[in-house]
Amino acid sequence: MDIFIQQIINGLVLGSIYALVALGYTMVYGILGLINFAHGEVVMIGALTALTAIGVLVPAGLPGPVVVLAGLLIAIPVCMAVGFAIERVAYRPLRNAPRLAPLITAIGMSIVLQQLAMIAWGRNYHTFPALLPALPHRVMGAAITDLQIIIVVTAALLMAALLWLITRTRLGRAMRATAESPSVARLMGVDVDRVIAFTFVLGSALAAVAGVMVAANYSIAHYAMGFMLGLKAFTAAVLGGIGNVGGAMLGGLLLGVIESLGAGYIGDLTGGFLGSHYQDVFAFFVLILVLVFRPSGLMGEKVAERA
Amino acid sequence: MSLPVPSYALPALLVSVCVLAACGQQTDSAAPAAASAGAPEAADVLVVRLGHVAPLTGPQSHLGKDNENGARLAVDDLNAEHFVIGGRTARFELLGEDDQADPRQGTTVAQKLADSNVNAVIGHLNSGTTIPASRIYHDAGIVQVSPSATNPQYTRQGYKGAFRVFADDVQQGGVLGAFAVDTLRMKRIAVIDDRTAYGQGLADEFEKAAKAAGAEIVAREYTTDKATDFASILTKVKSTTPDLLFYGGMDTQAGPMARQLKTLGMAVPMLFGDGACTVEFHKLAGEGAEGSYCSLPGVPLDKMAGGSAFRDRYMAKFNTDIQLYAPYAYDAVRVVAEAMRKAGSVEADKFLPELAAIDYPGLTAEIRFDEKGDIKDGAITLYQAKSGAWTALETMGGKAQR
Repeated sequence: MDIFIQQIINGLVLGSIYALVALGYTMVYGILGLINFAHGEVVMIGALTALTAIGVLVPAGLPGPVVVLAGLLIAIPVCMAVGFAIERVAYRPLRNAPRLAPLITAIGMSIVLQQLAMIAWGRNYHTFPALLPALPHRVMGAAITDLQIIIVVTAALLMAALLWLITRTRLGRAMRATAESPSVARLMGVDVDRVIAFTFVLGSALAAVAGVMVAANYSIAHYAMGFMLGLKAFTAAVLGGIGNVGGAMLGGLLLGVIESLGAGYIGDLTGGFLGSHYQDVFAFFVLILVLVFRPSGLMGEKVAERA
Repeated sequence: MSLPVPSYALPALLVSVCVLAACGQQTDSAAPAAASAGAPEAADVLVVRLGHVAPLTGPQSHLGKDNENGARLAVDDLNAEHFVIGGRTARFELLGEDDQADPRQGTTVAQKLADSNVNAVIGHLNSGTTIPASRIYHDAGIVQVSPSATNPQYTRQGYKGAFRVFADDVQQGGVLGAFAVDTLRMKRIAVIDDRTAYGQGLADEFEKAAKAAGAEIVAREYTTDKATDFASILTKVKSTTPDLLFYGGMDTQAGPMARQLKTLGMAVPMLFGDGACTVEFHKLAGEGAEGSYCSLPGVPLDKMAGGSAFRDRYMAKFNTDIQLYAPYAYDAVRVVAEAMRKAGSVEADKFLPELAAIDYPGLTAEIRFDEKGDIKDGAITLYQAKSGAWTALETMGGKAQR
């Protein structure tokens, strides 16, 4: 039983991070119908920027949590700027182009950012200094660290704040209107360009937080870390119903838990025929099943809630 | 700069490689066979072109760069020595290629090197890339010396031109298995590998040896060579209450794995092969490194004759510490050069017999090959992580430190 609880904890931590990243994909898709493949790289830039800032701040002798927070506060505006620039450079000029064109620039942008990061930060793995206590608490036989609790709670708070922003504020209403129909929104006086830019900036801020979480939790960051994470988060967004904010959250958490349980139990379930190397297969298999029975994802049909 | 050349190696002389006479047929290379003929410049300069392949991008690029630096140092030394092959001064050129640790990319760059008629290839770094590439080199008649591929299959395909200057996984897995059971007295062992030719091969050999020595393998789990999250498989492993966790794979996974083991509150020591026996491992694992064990073919660098001088020169030149295989890459180049000098030729069919029969006092070991192309009497040293560094415990096999 403690093993089962541990796997759920592992899954929730991983899933919270997936969910934050998935929000970036789903918000952009909801508004522009575009898959921003460079989003994973924004996460990577957030992680590496924070790491660099932390490296500078550590000698100042501040307490660990303060240093990490400062690193995060530096990473967020940097990522926001990167997100803004991506939209400006790669997507806005192609707003009215055929849909394939922005898809290709998205992939191009991803490669460019990754290579720039490789030049800036080098190819090595960077390690996150041990600033936060790593000693686990015992919960019903399972282990959980302070950091993991912080990750899950922070992610939940951010998601709640985002939902509030989308459903309760003027800006959120403008986002929903733009998602519905950019041209009509424009006629109603919504500054569509600003709303789109804001969406990218907002998604990038969440990506920065997710990047710092990944780096802190797994203690490493490197220039290629964004790719797989981005792919998983994108999968989570599709699982939940791409374009749907609640769906991205649900999809992220589910994917994390499925992966974790998959790796933990697939061997036992199949009598050793399949092992933990089928972890990803398991996650994607669930995705396929969901899409077969609900092609628009778990929460995909509620178009009105798109952001 | 003064060479750290061990006194025996009279200035080695030579280098390189070949466009092989026999080889050209399968490659559709239209490339002019410029390599052997000595370039257009001074007629008495013999240009020797060596291909080098390792992952220069991606998670293992720190190791790939390390290999390439080792090979480059050897090439620079040879050029500075005015190495003579067949009466002509040789000028060595290193063609560094990137295989991204990806078997498909490995065959692509192998074909590229074959097409450009290099005289020999140093590489690749990973077993997974070395094995498929070796077939291309074999077909093209190019001699290949890997500084670090340890999967036994590499030299067991019947390719005469495939060599390695590093003990293979059968030797290493055997030593690790015996060490775990006989020395550390571990009875319940969990095994994880990264599903690469290297990680899986080593884990299989380790498992065999450990079982033979009487241990029980309580779990066998898998990850990939790109993963960073091991929480779920470690949790699975935890449920089997092992005394020891063996991981077959590289430092980029081993480090984070050791750290996550600690956050899960597991006090299980870890054991690794050469792939995790790096400086980088300590950075990646942090406090989780303490008490881990690893093995590395060969003797410790500071026990190699000229080892510390080599490190000094390496650091002066590349401004970074040696990760792992650089001394082996250095030796791989030197041993090929030596064979060329003995043969007085950079043609593969001429220097290959010399290479197969060579007895060369290299930096890392006395290099002699068995009939398969594996190094003879490869020593294997076991290390333990103590306060941020690998401390040598014991050296098994081989002619330990000379």
